[in-house]
Amino acid sequence: MNAQAKALQDPRLNRPEPFTPPLGDGGFFQRDRSIHPPAYAPGYKSSVLRSPRQSLLSLENSVSEITGPVFGHNDLGPLDNDLIRNYAKDGDPVGERIIVHGRVLDETGRGVPNTLVEFWQANAGGRYRHKKDTYLAPIDPNFGGCGRALTDDTGYYYFRTVKPGPYPWRNFVNSWRPAHIHFSVFGSGFAQRLITQMYFEGDPLIPVCPILTTIPDKDALDRLVAPLDLNASTPFDSLAYRFDIVLRGQRSTYFENRTAGN
Amino acid sequence: MPQPLNYLKETASQTAGPYVHIGLIPAMAGFDIFEKNFSNVLVTPNSKGERITLEGRVLDGSGTPLRDVLLEIWQANAAGRYNHPADRSAGALEEGFRGWGRAGSDFDSGLVTFETIKPGAITDKTGRKCAPHVNVWIVARGINIGLNTRLYFSDEEAANAADPVLNLIEQPTRRKTLIATRSERAGKVVYSFTINLQGPEETVFFDV
Ligand SMILES: [Fe+2]
Repeated sequence: MNAQAKALQDPRLNRPEPFTPPLGDGGFFQRDRSIHPPAYAPGYKSSVLRSPRQSLLSLENSVSEITGPVFGHNDLGPLDNDLIRNYAKDGDPVGERIIVHGRVLDETGRGVPNTLVEFWQANAGGRYRHKKDTYLAPIDPNFGGCGRALTDDTGYYYFRTVKPGPYPWRNFVNSWRPAHIHFSVFGSGFAQRLITQMYFEGDPLIPVCPILTTIPDKDALDRLVAPLDLNASTPFDSLAYRFDIVLRGQRSTYFENRTAGN
Repeated sequence: MPQPLNYLKETASQTAGPYVHIGLIPAMAGFDIFEKNFSNVLVTPNSKGERITLEGRVLDGSGTPLRDVLLEIWQANAAGRYNHPADRSAGALEEGFRGWGRAGSDFDSGLVTFETIKPGAITDKTGRKCAPHVNVWIVARGINIGLNTRLYFSDEEAANAADPVLNLIEQPTRRKTLIATRSERAGKVVYSFTINLQGPEETVFFDV
């Protein structure tokens, strides 16, 4: 009897079990650091003394990394995603009215539901409502400049605001930030935590910004630029920009019973 | 050409900038806007476990404290359980302890504080015990991508010596960069830490 025939007589093979993929450990896909700015980026001078010089220690994700804070609608107020109204005192803030909307996805393309998205920005003149900002452009009495939203079941979020202005900052003597909105996103595990900035299609300051150009990958940089989304605008009211955010993907599921989509 | 995999790419990180407080801790920027705010106080009257203060600074490569840094911490409760469905260990959860908080450093001294409870030992997915620790995430002007590190506790010597993550650090001297030192001050338990971004005592940061 040859080996193959003998193997077929192996009693263990007479009651084969269907193959099921092993449950994943819930760890996140390894971060591709080539699309992120390096810690040390001398063109952005503040990074020089604030960048670790030792190698990061790579850590297989444990329960400490695949878990993270859970937020709900109880954490938010009704005006939190309306920057036109959430600090208005005696009228609307000055500036171009815009809607910013998009989805928070993971690297597999699935929406990240019920996750907290926070955003902050300068006013239309490029001035922040912050005790440390001394730029000569005036504070807008009707504009706070921050808000937050929870994504829905599909990962979708939106908010209303005015378009921020560019502003000068101390790096070189004539450095200007392109118009931008800062974003903070959580995801489902603490290892997905991300802060980034959204820029506006067509801004001529984008290619000369010392902070944006810390990103070594041209495509990764382009993905921070929100296109004008005329279809989502409100006629005679607001233009719209679309900004999707991608967080790290996750290996399979950590739940015993697989839920739809996992 | 094989079929394309079509994974998306993670969105690139950008610095939180000097005005991060506006979005994440508006009271520190100097105004009041939200009905409900997040803070550096994790503990509530209903939280179980030993009340502790975490107190420390983040130093740049010249030894100067960062005065515009923002830290977030994420930790298990006193039973060693994270308040998240992916933690399937046996410890009991309680209402009133989310396990997460954020703090900006003082604009003058650079001091960062959290009011929390001391977490219990964590049970990982293989059933192994890990020393009690707090996960830390650091962002600021000049930090291009958030830095991940951990704080362990100086009075947990035996657990620290057996901890699988601390033991991944090749140089024993570098393990000490993650240990917060216990003391008592006016009847309160304080754990002090220093995070060095550079230098001979550079803190161990993780690629998680
Ligand atoms: Fe900014």
